[in-house]
Amino acid sequence: MLTKRIIPCLDIKDGRTVKGINFEQIRDAGDPVELASIYAKEGADELVFLDITATNEKRKTLSNLVNKIAHHINIPFTVGGGINSVEDVQVLLKNGADKISVNTAAFKKPDLINELALAFGSQCVVLAIDTKQEEDGNWYVYLNGGKVKTNTLCFDWAREAVDRGAGEILLTSMNNDGTKKGFALDITKQLSVSLPVPIIASGGAGNKEDFAAVFQEAHADAALAASIFHFKELTVPELKEYLSEQQIPVRL
Amino acid sequence: MKTVIIQYNAGNIQSVLYALERIGCSADVTDDPEQIIQADKVIFPGVGEASTAMNYLKQRSLDRVIINLKQPVLGICLGMQLMCKHSEENNTDCLGIFDEKISRFTPVNGVNKIPQIGWNTIEHLKSPLFIGIKESSYCYYVHSFYASLGEHTIATTHYGIGYSAALHRNNFFGVQFHPEKSAEAGEQILKNFIAL
Repeated sequence: MLTKRIIPCLDIKDGRTVKGINFEQIRDAGDPVELASIYAKEGADELVFLDITATNEKRKTLSNLVNKIAHHINIPFTVGGGINSVEDVQVLLKNGADKISVNTAAFKKPDLINELALAFGSQCVVLAIDTKQEEDGNWYVYLNGGKVKTNTLCFDWAREAVDRGAGEILLTSMNNDGTKKGFALDITKQLSVSLPVPIIASGGAGNKEDFAAVFQEAHADAALAASIFHFKELTVPELKEYLSEQQIPVRL
Repeated sequence: MKTVIIQYNAGNIQSVLYALERIGCSADVTDDPEQIIQADKVIFPGVGEASTAMNYLKQRSLDRVIINLKQPVLGICLGMQLMCKHSEENNTDCLGIFDEKISRFTPVNGVNKIPQIGWNTIEHLKSPLFIGIKESSYCYYVHSFYASLGEHTIATTHYGIGYSAALHRNNFFGVQFHPEKSAEAGEQILKNFIAL
């Protein structure tokens, strides 16, 4: 049986791992390759690396880091942050990334998703969406790491991206991110049950029960978290053991 | 001992190379027929689309090279699918080493997420490829098309329906999952292939 995936996320700045609290107040949480190897050994199902300082000068640093990660870890990983073009993706895949994630650039130029899916296959195109529920109750798409609001509804953009060839959706709720009060179950569920691609829920993991809820109630295919793992508040093995006790299929 | 990875217009070739390095095996990535023919072990990787890949192989006569190989050959993911007779993916005639057919997952099978992405089991293991691998071990899969069950099936799995997780005929082996991304189980399977 296909299992639910547990995905530690490493936010990368200048080659080091950091984690923002509500996308601000960045703290250093270590060497990415070292952390990645530990997670892989502990039974993480996949890893995501988001380069939060991806500028042109930094891109070479990122591809070098991706290459180093690909040499060291034996599970799949996704790389995102500042990806703008087919060429950007080619470099990352050539250096050993299994998938890439696109966010702002894809929203601004939706054809990028079609181009990437055609060039590399949908299976390696992850669309990342940062979304926030406003007072009107609707979930809107935000860009540039959560700094810029759009008037587009999260669900509408997700559906369009899937139609264009996105193979997975990485959904981050800005309302929940950094709060440790649990994932955004409603929007995650809306996407999971309506879209024909896997949904990776992100933002808000505070304890193991939160993961059970996002799988059982919101039907997420995978759950992503960062600080809870980096600061060892919860380890991947204890989380998976708990999920297994709850009859949630996981790889042990 | 010389291992080659066939270079063609498909993804994940580097990942296979790095995985071999991790188990202490060096390999050359090449599309040179002579080098492929003379290798002790040949790996035919691939993530991509069937008709594009088959056209590329035919243009370089690599299709003839592959089917005439006598040493152990391991097809991975699309590589395995191309070793079958026919793929539903853009109605593509493939290499015909395995008789099993390649079809697309459909919601009719009770599957609502396509591609299948993630860790699924391998069952009914019957091959030296799986020495030291426990029944129901988890491997990493990413695919929208699958090989039917048939006489060449040496491992099965289930996603909506049962299908071939691995195939074997004479010197040819194929795995649908990605051993290069399947943690310790995958490394053991690669070691077993290299040791054949």
